Amino acid sequence: MKMILTGNESAAWGARLSRPKVVAAYPITPQTSIIETIASFIANGEMDARYIRVESEHSAMAACIAAQNTGVRTFTATSAHGLALMHEMLIWASGARLPIVMSVVNRAMAPPWSVWTDQLDTMAQRDTGWIQIYTENNQEVIDSIIMSYKIGEKHNILLPSMVIEDAFILSHTSEGVDIPEQEKVDEFLGEYDPAFKLDPDEPAGFGSLIMPEGPYMEFRYKMALAMEDARKETGEVVKEFNEIFGRNYSPFVEEYRTEDADAVMVVLGTIGSTAKDVVDNMRGEGYKVGVARVRYFRPFPVEEIRNIARKTNMLGVADRSYSFGPGANLYAETKSSLYGFTDIPVKNYVMGLGGRDITPKILEKVFKDMLLISKKGVVDKEVEWVGLQGDERWS
Amino acid sequence: MHRLTIPEEEYMLSGHTACLGCGATIAMRYVLKALGKRTILSIPACCWAVIPGVYPHRNLEVPLLYTAFEVTGAAISGIREALDVMGKEDVNVVGFAGDGGTADIGLQALSAAAERGHNVFYIMYDNEAYMNTGIQRSGSTPMGAWTTTTPGGKKRMYKWEPKKSVAEIMVAHNIPYVATATIAYPEDMISKLRRAKEMKGPKFIQILSPCPTGWRYPPDKTVEVSRLAVQTNVFPLYEVVNGKYRITIKPKNPKPVKDYLMMQGRFRHLTEEEIARIQKHIDENWKALLKKERCSQED
Repeated sequence: MKMILTGNESAAWGARLSRPKVVAAYPITPQTSIIETIASFIANGEMDARYIRVESEHSAMAACIAAQNTGVRTFTATSAHGLALMHEMLIWASGARLPIVMSVVNRAMAPPWSVWTDQLDTMAQRDTGWIQIYTENNQEVIDSIIMSYKIGEKHNILLPSMVIEDAFILSHTSEGVDIPEQEKVDEFLGEYDPAFKLDPDEPAGFGSLIMPEGPYMEFRYKMALAMEDARKETGEVVKEFNEIFGRNYSPFVEEYRTEDADAVMVVLGTIGSTAKDVVDNMRGEGYKVGVARVRYFRPFPVEEIRNIARKTNMLGVADRSYSFGPGANLYAETKSSLYGFTDIPVKNYVMGLGGRDITPKILEKVFKDMLLISKKGVVDKEVEWVGLQGDERWS
Repeated sequence: MHRLTIPEEEYMLSGHTACLGCGATIAMRYVLKALGKRTILSIPACCWAVIPGVYPHRNLEVPLLYTAFEVTGAAISGIREALDVMGKEDVNVVGFAGDGGTADIGLQALSAAAERGHNVFYIMYDNEAYMNTGIQRSGSTPMGAWTTTTPGGKKRMYKWEPKKSVAEIMVAHNIPYVATATIAYPEDMISKLRRAKEMKGPKFIQILSPCPTGWRYPPDKTVEVSRLAVQTNVFPLYEVVNGKYRITIKPKNPKPVKDYLMMQGRFRHLTEEEIARIQKHIDENWKALLKKERCSQED
């Protein structure tokens, strides 16, 4: 079935098709229409779930943790400040090994107040032990939510997932979406089979005190192994999903015209679709450029990035957030993956913060800067802010 | 043969890690006796996060979800809804939190859970300070008390503000059942828990749980201190059923508050004048409670 849906309606549909039994939710722009859509699904009997209208995002995650630990599938959604407020419970969810799935709509963090897209909110949760997938279009939103339940619920993984979409560019923009058939999704996901649960017939305690000589460190090590397993399982799940639902996702990095490219732009989220369009135009003019759109930021696609570096002369990393200190996060991860494997130049382009528009014109200039560096073999400047007011270079 | 007034079944095993004479431990034992085996507990950061023992040991024979400090209200909501959706409506869901986790950091989540009306128990075991972190002032610390963050000193910086009444805050949520209890009156506590068990919706019970370590009295005096708190009207025992107050233990000749205060090192510094001020405060609270009982029982 094809429908015209916004990114947020797609997220709600992804949740609906995955049949969570408890949804705990709190409103925040630009996420709110996800939980509004779910509320109307439940109110109309189209979705069979308990809906807990909590008083904060912190409690939303706490309620999901408790419900999932009791033995049911759960879902929630948030943005920016809501995600930051959840931070403590995000670490709790992964540490408790609960495969919760959450939609996150990327929004800038205040001050100053801004509701527009910016990826600092999810980047700041990089180390919480969640699987993080950045999406590029509404189809990918709905499909990724379904796949995240499948991946996270595997008993060798048991990790929560964030399915991330850019504010407004996806969340409030409508496009054609193919809704997977419910029967096929049911078959694909199967019944939720918790690895453990709160049960008076088999009483157990979850999360108790551990001394330094106790297995705290081993619990963390097992999470690290699970994240590595998620790398393997994701490949399988994406392949299976592609076959059943007729999609064409590459598991970790979507490469676009990277073969023979002199320079490749590494991106997350919706910058990808603009960049691909620019690549088509520039290729027409003889410029050999390509795009590598990173889908999974956690686990980070180390091997895939190394493979791309092997076939090009320069990587430009576009970040829609900044980590104050060494450069932005996608850049830092990319460079860290490449250290010791290649000496091609890597440059960080910081752009689009607080929802500032990233136009094809800007990206074309960035590609041309990248080609120049590719020819010279060295970067002029490791981190460059693109599109600042008064800077004529990129406008 | 006498009929036992307290259930024989034990769901709390011996071998806990609490301090000698811990009132909160006695509170848990009675709560579980009253509610029985089909109970799931959620415990935030507090003394009881440590008392069950170090992994893999656990002295409770019911399932237990440890959670973060401020989330008990949200956690019991999540457990309840998940159980109901699975058709396990017979299982009691109990949040068991200290006074810091209830009166302070957890008040928001508790208020929201109460307002939403989940069918849960919330037990506040009130030892009147952050005892697990080593005796810091909470909103539930009583007037005049020494704690490590109200240490007195040259400026006599003690806890001079009145104790926050969480039970009254919960009454204001219009939930079906609110009660106070203390460990020296186990029959009273158990009958309240049993009454609460018959009701659907949020049930809140505040259990005064004396703490020898923080209150500075010998560990063998816990029950005595608990009893004196009631006999001096410092901690009245009452219940509020659908808005109607009923004082369950009314001391015939209340003892002077001074008797209660002087048993505990945390009040040792108080002057006669300060004791008189506390006595006045306690008397006013008691009178207000009698009025509430009278007014709410009228039609």
